[in-house]
Amino acid sequence: MRLKTKIAGLCTIAVICGIAALTWALQPAIAPISSAAPMTNDPQMLTRGQSVVALGDCMVCHTSNSGAPYAGGLPLRTPFGTIYSTNITPDPETGIGSWSLAAFRRAIRHGVSRDGHLLYPAFPYIHYTQMTDKDIEAAYAYLMSRTPVNYTPPDNELPLPLRFRPSLAFWNMLYLRPGERQTVPGADHQIQRGHYLVNSLGHCASCHTALNAIGGEAKAMLGGGTVDGWEAPSLTTLGSTKVAWTAKQLESYLRTGLSAEHGAAKGPMRAVTERLAEAPQADVEAIARYIMSIQVTADAPLQQTASHNMPTQQGATLFAAACASCHSASAPMSASAQRPSLALSHSVNSDNPANLIQTMLGGVPWAVPHSAIYMPPFADVLTDEQIISIAQYIRADIGKLPPWQDLPQKVVHARKEIHP
Amino acid sequence: MTTKINLNGIAKTTDSAPSSPLLYVLRDELKLNGAKFGCGLGQCGACTVLLDDKPVFSCLTPLAAVADRRVRTIEGLGSADAPGPLQAAFIKHQAAQCGYCIAGMVMRAQALLEKLAHPTEEQIREHMEPNLCRCGTHMRILAAIHEVAASGVLHAKKGLK
Repeated sequence: MRLKTKIAGLCTIAVICGIAALTWALQPAIAPISSAAPMTNDPQMLTRGQSVVALGDCMVCHTSNSGAPYAGGLPLRTPFGTIYSTNITPDPETGIGSWSLAAFRRAIRHGVSRDGHLLYPAFPYIHYTQMTDKDIEAAYAYLMSRTPVNYTPPDNELPLPLRFRPSLAFWNMLYLRPGERQTVPGADHQIQRGHYLVNSLGHCASCHTALNAIGGEAKAMLGGGTVDGWEAPSLTTLGSTKVAWTAKQLESYLRTGLSAEHGAAKGPMRAVTERLAEAPQADVEAIARYIMSIQVTADAPLQQTASHNMPTQQGATLFAAACASCHSASAPMSASAQRPSLALSHSVNSDNPANLIQTMLGGVPWAVPHSAIYMPPFADVLTDEQIISIAQYIRADIGKLPPWQDLPQKVVHARKEIHP
Repeated sequence: MTTKINLNGIAKTTDSAPSSPLLYVLRDELKLNGAKFGCGLGQCGACTVLLDDKPVFSCLTPLAAVADRRVRTIEGLGSADAPGPLQAAFIKHQAAQCGYCIAGMVMRAQALLEKLAHPTEEQIREHMEPNLCRCGTHMRILAAIHEVAASGVLHAKKGLK
């Protein structure tokens, strides 16, 4: 009898969940609009939209390395497979030209495409859902005023079960809380604004929070994650670096891609700083202040080790020819261009060698207009063993820190995964 | 200390310090002056040579890193009397003005044309992007590369290296 009750109870719960998921999965199409012409010529609305789109980093994902702005096609390598970003130019055939504001708002708030299919959470609707109506409208107006590009991105490369999009409804039940949120009660206006920009528009947690087995964000919000083979550092322990971050340094780093005390923005963060360079300064200041307000007491600041007993002669020899012309203390780049010493770089001081390895293999590519930050790639110059030697030398002799235990495996892995 | 390298198909032993950049070893010890010193920072490409068939900046390539690996320089592609296909095309299209960048340009183009039989205009431009020319002969450089690319001759020779 008790067993039967339990089974009946479980069945009821399953049915309720099923119905709930079904209602989330079955979304109607929203009728297409006919005109692809700009919806508004209101310059104030467009300026606001430009800021919203910059702060939301839309372009970072929705533009491929060789493609037109907002036309999509950038491969996003997730643990589940590769997803190609979509075309969000106002092209009616391949972009969002036939989307009404209502369709756009539903995509932002609920992760649903105009025709009703569910979007993959690589699109950060779990964060964008908190956007204000006004910001959604401004972003829509701005995107609809862009040049339409007729381009269809490549098909996603996902295993079969994940290609069945209605299954995303279950994921949404776990992680999507639709709608605007209250911000930080009692905080001043700037912190409130920073909270909104970091957690909603900026969706910082998409990279800077670890993901669980089904791609949900872990509990330690902004506690650090990985993206595309790069370490996205913790944003809540910025005091435990060799030089503790200040709000001023963070703001400057976010707007210029370079901090004289911490190093340069690299990998996926580079593009984020390029977009923030276009955003209102007051907003970037708010982001920096909010982030500094959520610091948790972490371990004591990094302690340098007085000595190490690692053989680093080979690394020193290679460093002298390959790296020293820019990275030695006496090199013009250090002496007159005021670039930070490698001893201060997060890539060197992190417990995770991923970012140093990535930078050595792939360099820091030219980017216009931020071309002053550049490093050539060394993947074709140095063997894995040589990369390891140099990394060991930098970590021990320049960083004065204990060795990375997993360095060799990480180098082999990085080259295989990212630079095949 | 000596270092053994395979230079233009010939085994060579050098006496330079292992911490020397390859460019200095090529020019100062081995007297191969084709590769040029431009910036010394891997930003201009004048020093480009091929290391295991891939283009690298020899100014930032440690001698210690190329031990027992294959290095090719412009001198390995041909001579003034018998220029290689790219060298001949660069001469035909008068792709050099001051000429300082040209050895690096030819070597980077060589790597591409050995790898791809018929690269597109976009692929050529993207591949040549790290090498700078201050005289502005880029259109002639591209024309020379296109001509050799159309013949496919370097790709066909790939197996004979």
